[in-house]
Amino acid sequence: MSHRSVVNIGPFHPLQEEAEFFQLYVDGETVVDVDVRISYNHRGIEKLDESKTFDQVPFVVERVCGICSASHPLAYVQAVEEIAHVQVPERALYLRTIVNELERIHSHMLWVGLAGHFLGYNTVFMWAWKYRELSMDALEVATGSRVNYANCKIGGVRRDMSDDLLAYIDKCSADLVGPLEMLTKAVLDDPVLHARLKKVGILTPRDAKLYGATGPTARGSGVPIDVRRDDPYAAYDRVDWSVITAPAGDVFSKAVVRLLECFEAVKIIRQCIKDIPGGEIDAKVEAIPPGEGVGHVEAPRGETFHYVRADGSNRPVRHKVRAPSFNNIPTFKASCIGLQIPDVAITLASVDPCYSCTERMCVVADAQTHKPIYNFAELVRLSQRKTEQMRKKW
Amino acid sequence: MTVAAMQTQVPLAGFVGDVIKQLGDAVNEVHQCTERRGIARIDPARTVEVARKMIAMDGSRLATATGIDVRDGIDVLYHWAIEPQGVVVTLKVLAARPEMEVESIANVVTGANWIEREMHDLLGANFRNHPDMRRLILDDSWPEGVYPLRKDFDQVVDRPPLPPNQTPPDVNTQGEGGRR
Repeated sequence: MSHRSVVNIGPFHPLQEEAEFFQLYVDGETVVDVDVRISYNHRGIEKLDESKTFDQVPFVVERVCGICSASHPLAYVQAVEEIAHVQVPERALYLRTIVNELERIHSHMLWVGLAGHFLGYNTVFMWAWKYRELSMDALEVATGSRVNYANCKIGGVRRDMSDDLLAYIDKCSADLVGPLEMLTKAVLDDPVLHARLKKVGILTPRDAKLYGATGPTARGSGVPIDVRRDDPYAAYDRVDWSVITAPAGDVFSKAVVRLLECFEAVKIIRQCIKDIPGGEIDAKVEAIPPGEGVGHVEAPRGETFHYVRADGSNRPVRHKVRAPSFNNIPTFKASCIGLQIPDVAITLASVDPCYSCTERMCVVADAQTHKPIYNFAELVRLSQRKTEQMRKKW
Repeated sequence: MTVAAMQTQVPLAGFVGDVIKQLGDAVNEVHQCTERRGIARIDPARTVEVARKMIAMDGSRLATATGIDVRDGIDVLYHWAIEPQGVVVTLKVLAARPEMEVESIANVVTGANWIEREMHDLLGANFRNHPDMRRLILDDSWPEGVYPLRKDFDQVVDRPPLPPNQTPPDVNTQGEGGRR
């Protein structure tokens, strides 16, 4: 029998945006336990917000994550609007929906590209990131920036979109459908990917509930939860779309959920552009009364949860930010155990962990001598080699 | 009549009311904000029993928890989301001074593990029988007993000294933010 070793993944790796540290306890090639350490880049945003005025906080929280920079401010302003009982104008609700769905497309396509790279499909990586530019362009013209959109404010949105602009976003969204179909077919029709991703990293519905998993991580386990449908905000209850779920709970299901969700996002955006009413884009908000509010938004990775408490002054007394990855990353304890080391890279990637939300360099070390055995680049290579071997078999 | 007693008499409506009623006499006071949001203060001694009831409900999940530094201790707010009704029920438990301790629910609800560790790190709330109370958020070099999210912690004055093996960053080599 082989002896147990510790595989360190993290805290820093050039492929990933932020720092996170996974320790895999392995027996030979099989993972027997996982330990996660986070918060190498803790920025104290919750403490910082207590010193900002209600109007300044959206600009702070959109910097929580470079990808969910539309979801975080929206969840925050919804919490404050709940405290102050603000009626947001219809047009603002539609504008919020358009920006949030564009964000979902760009986040999911970024993930598909990275997942492709981890598996050794570098063409998928190049294509996904190329076509992702369409949604990034639309976001740039709509908000003035590719990240940190500064779009939301308490009571509405900060910038209106002209008819020309909406027509441009509509064209970008329509142009995305072809490439998305191609990417989806590339994944769904590839026998190697079926063999590589099915029955890998399974998260059961029961574990999803116990860990409080959200977003595509839960929906990939057949748990049909989606804040957009269950607790509708913005204009999601005014357009026709469906919640995508896949039953198996493995990496393949999560990939399918993300790919099909992009089509729904395009559908939502185009309907919003067609139906958008005219009128004001923001409501006048007087002082924020004392009270507590909860705002949650379906970010690309899952539910973003904000809690705000006000005491009648112009600053929040407490602002709690819970990003989806904080709930999704602990699910590795359920999904990674029993896996082979080459499958771990893709399983870790399958929840689309967001490190600013919640570390990543990878060293497999011998438990007794602490001498490194693998680093993350080698793990990715192991993963790519396994795909290569499977491809030869087919 | 105390404020708490008055709030108890607010009639509970809809699904939020049904959920809170199921918790029985563990609930001390109730406050319903909107149709989809409810807040209930529960008996600190019965935290685990309530958590067990909540996780057993259909479609419920622990969204997260918030710790707040208040006069009497640390207020721990467990936010439970229930789908597909789309409601959020916030259950408040006071970890009263001086121990500031409540029973951990992480043995019943796995998802509470990290958030309770976070509240312990940042606010100094203690969770009895927590399965794994190691540091999660703060660096290993951060001094014991300094809680950065407490109201009396000042970000400038109370900042602990850097550990001896680290030197402060050279302001001349930093980005725009470092140049003053």
